[in-house]
Amino acid sequence: MKAFAQLFAAIDQSTRTSVKTAALADYFRSASEEDRLWTIALFSGRRPKRAVTTTQLREWAAERAGLPLWLVEESYPVVGDLAETIALILPPPDAPSDHSLSHWINLLVDLSQAGQDARKAQILTAWDGLDETGRFLFNKLITGGFRIGVSRKLMTRALAQATGQDEAALALRLMGDWTPQTTTWQTLIAAPDPQADDSRPYPFYLAYQLDSAPEELGAPEDWQAEWKWDGIRGQLVLRGGTHHVWSRGEELMTDRFPEFARVPDFLPPGHVFDGEIVAWDGAHPLPFNALQKRIGRKTVPKKLLKDAPVILLAYDLLEADGQDIRDRPFAERRARLDALLADLPPDAPLRPSPPIRFDDWEALADTRATAREQRAEGLMLKRRAAPYLAGRKKGDWWKWKLDPLSVDAVMIYAQQGHGRRANLFTDFTFAAWNGNELVPFTKAYSGLTDAEFNEITNWVRRNTLQRFGPVRQVKPELVFEIAFEGIQPSPRHKSGLALRFPRMARWRRDKPAQEANTLDDLKAMLAAYGA
Amino acid sequence: MSAAVLTFTDKGIYCPAGDFYIDPWRPVPRALITHGHADHARPGHGAYLASAAAASVIRLRLGDIALDTVRFGEKRLLGGATVSFHPAGHIPGSAQIRVEVGGEIWVVSGDYKLAPDGLCETFEPVRCHAFITECTFGLPVFSWRPQQEIAAEINAWWAGNAAEGRASILGAYSLGKAQRLLALLDPAIGPILTHGAVENTNAVLRAQGYALPETKHATPDLDVKAHPGAMVIAPPSALGSAWARRFGPASTGMASGWMRLRGVRRRRGADRGFVLSDHADWDELHMAIRETGAEKIFVTHGYTEIFARWLATQGYDAQVVPTEFGGEEDSTPETGEDAA
Repeated sequence: MKAFAQLFAAIDQSTRTSVKTAALADYFRSASEEDRLWTIALFSGRRPKRAVTTTQLREWAAERAGLPLWLVEESYPVVGDLAETIALILPPPDAPSDHSLSHWINLLVDLSQAGQDARKAQILTAWDGLDETGRFLFNKLITGGFRIGVSRKLMTRALAQATGQDEAALALRLMGDWTPQTTTWQTLIAAPDPQADDSRPYPFYLAYQLDSAPEELGAPEDWQAEWKWDGIRGQLVLRGGTHHVWSRGEELMTDRFPEFARVPDFLPPGHVFDGEIVAWDGAHPLPFNALQKRIGRKTVPKKLLKDAPVILLAYDLLEADGQDIRDRPFAERRARLDALLADLPPDAPLRPSPPIRFDDWEALADTRATAREQRAEGLMLKRRAAPYLAGRKKGDWWKWKLDPLSVDAVMIYAQQGHGRRANLFTDFTFAAWNGNELVPFTKAYSGLTDAEFNEITNWVRRNTLQRFGPVRQVKPELVFEIAFEGIQPSPRHKSGLALRFPRMARWRRDKPAQEANTLDDLKAMLAAYGA
Repeated sequence: MSAAVLTFTDKGIYCPAGDFYIDPWRPVPRALITHGHADHARPGHGAYLASAAAASVIRLRLGDIALDTVRFGEKRLLGGATVSFHPAGHIPGSAQIRVEVGGEIWVVSGDYKLAPDGLCETFEPVRCHAFITECTFGLPVFSWRPQQEIAAEINAWWAGNAAEGRASILGAYSLGKAQRLLALLDPAIGPILTHGAVENTNAVLRAQGYALPETKHATPDLDVKAHPGAMVIAPPSALGSAWARRFGPASTGMASGWMRLRGVRRRRGADRGFVLSDHADWDELHMAIRETGAEKIFVTHGYTEIFARWLATQGYDAQVVPTEFGGEEDSTPETGEDAA
């Protein structure tokens, strides 16, 4: 673990990308193949199966440190990270050891087969053999969410530096359904001609938000517009007679969406589609909450399949007849996509997302204004001559979203954040007036500056009315403009509605609480924009 | 048991027998001051009493005030109370204040740390019946490593930066932390430059006889290029400012007890966080409390509710000092210049 702990320290101690990349590249050159593979896995969101619960971790750590559990629980929100809290309270190690990263991970892998008592004994022994940083990393392996300032992109770049391979080619190799238990360094990285497995998706190309006027993009004829759907970005991979469905987060969703099992009946193998998975009423997308009911389900009950069937609104073709065509111009890929899908039956779970014709930017702006009626969030603009790139790159793909809806709401509860925001009140609950009563209707966490969060944190301390565990009820005084992308009915909430992507657009210091919006205002918005 | 030696009022800690306040936060006729940090030594009081060692710094910060001083350990009769000041080890000149009324002894800790730092007067345990203690770092996650290990880390960081042609800019509060760091630096590595706020305090403390290495005030006309590989000591607010950018390529660091927490380290946006505090850590708080022999403990400044609850489970009669802000129990790295 020492080498990995040193790598972590080097990454953690710098805010510069070049320093982090160099440290990671050095590690890839010197670590064992198994450690390298696990490092790649960790930094691309793959981790060993959780062997113990966080509740057990807290209890065992409290016992080992000789502290009551409540004191550990009280310390956790201050630190903001459970893995770190435990590392900080444990007594110094009894028997320092220097096992490799893979050793500890394999221990955790084996642990998931072990009995309860054996698990506890193994974890306590591990803690006794690791120093503070080592314990923190070991705990992180258990609790997951291995975010330590290394993006997948940065990791891939470092790997490219260390191996001399092309970054884009590596990004492709790292996609898909592998774990260090199912592959080797040789197969995944070093083999000269990797036999791409049939399920492997391509790295997604991600658009930037358009903040300037579209006129600045140049001539309208160089661009194509499409609706920006409010669904899940997905890739449908048809190879070797089977199909695979991937989310943007590289999660395999094939079983979640059985509708796509019919696609190989209509289309030949060797094709990969990029598009938006939406719940579909036969003519239009259903609101996002219909799709949401599907997302959590690994197996789908029949009724739900009938109430919220999904389709892929395809807008790009990445592979055709077994050839990677991502370097061809978008206009050509799109033409091949349309030709391929032209003869599909109307009930096929795959349709082209319709292109929007426009002659000038002004006319397109008028079209964009009607997006909510189309159940879209706005428009996508794509440069006709552009290849399909990997990751978020500026220049060829833009999302031109509708201006968000907004209301002014009163903050009534506050809670401390986690991680970087530990010790700061950053998570707020907002309410609207219903007569003389304030009815909570949304939470929001983002949109303010660190300086504003500091100021509000001090305010919360002085204006706490009551505490409910970590949550504080505060004087209903501060008003914030809450921006959001959509509004839906929600019987689960007291307000009867739920917002999509709520965030704090600004702190309305000018507004007294009495002048915040009412529940009736929100209901009017629900009637106008909710489905 | 006799009447309370000290009471807690909306102006601060008050001694009815002696008619004085300790570190009050609103103007009062007579104030006893533990040390010069802004949340303890405030302007506007009628008369001040402080330790002789803290006087110059308090004058530097509060100007021309009616300030009387006593030596550490010297007894002074104020009305029906006998008071004395004892080293707290927090910053140069900082004191605990002992108040005795009719044989009942109460001690106000002010801010303190136990481990000697080589610069300020070492904390002196004072036996008492009631102890009013700070608990800025009163959670078990806070424990400090020995100062010499942190000093070695800082000097290695400085030497590494100097070798790569970078300046090292270390953020530290201008009174206390800055001078403690100066005393830990190895001047053989390179020149030491200071921000004006730090240099003012240096001058006062040097005149008092505290041993600090040679420093150079980084005035606007200072030729930065003539001082390659310098260590720059500046208040945290100067980090990332135009003032800091004049030093060219630089690595930034922060030295504070809060640097124990990764979330805080990252939020500060400095390259390095050094865990160096002028407050007692979890174990030191317990040691200090034990050595007073007190059974009655009042906690203030920090995670007060949690710490008081914990002390109660350890058999103490522990209470939270009611303060101006209703619940300062989660004092954070963002509040107060000496919350470090």
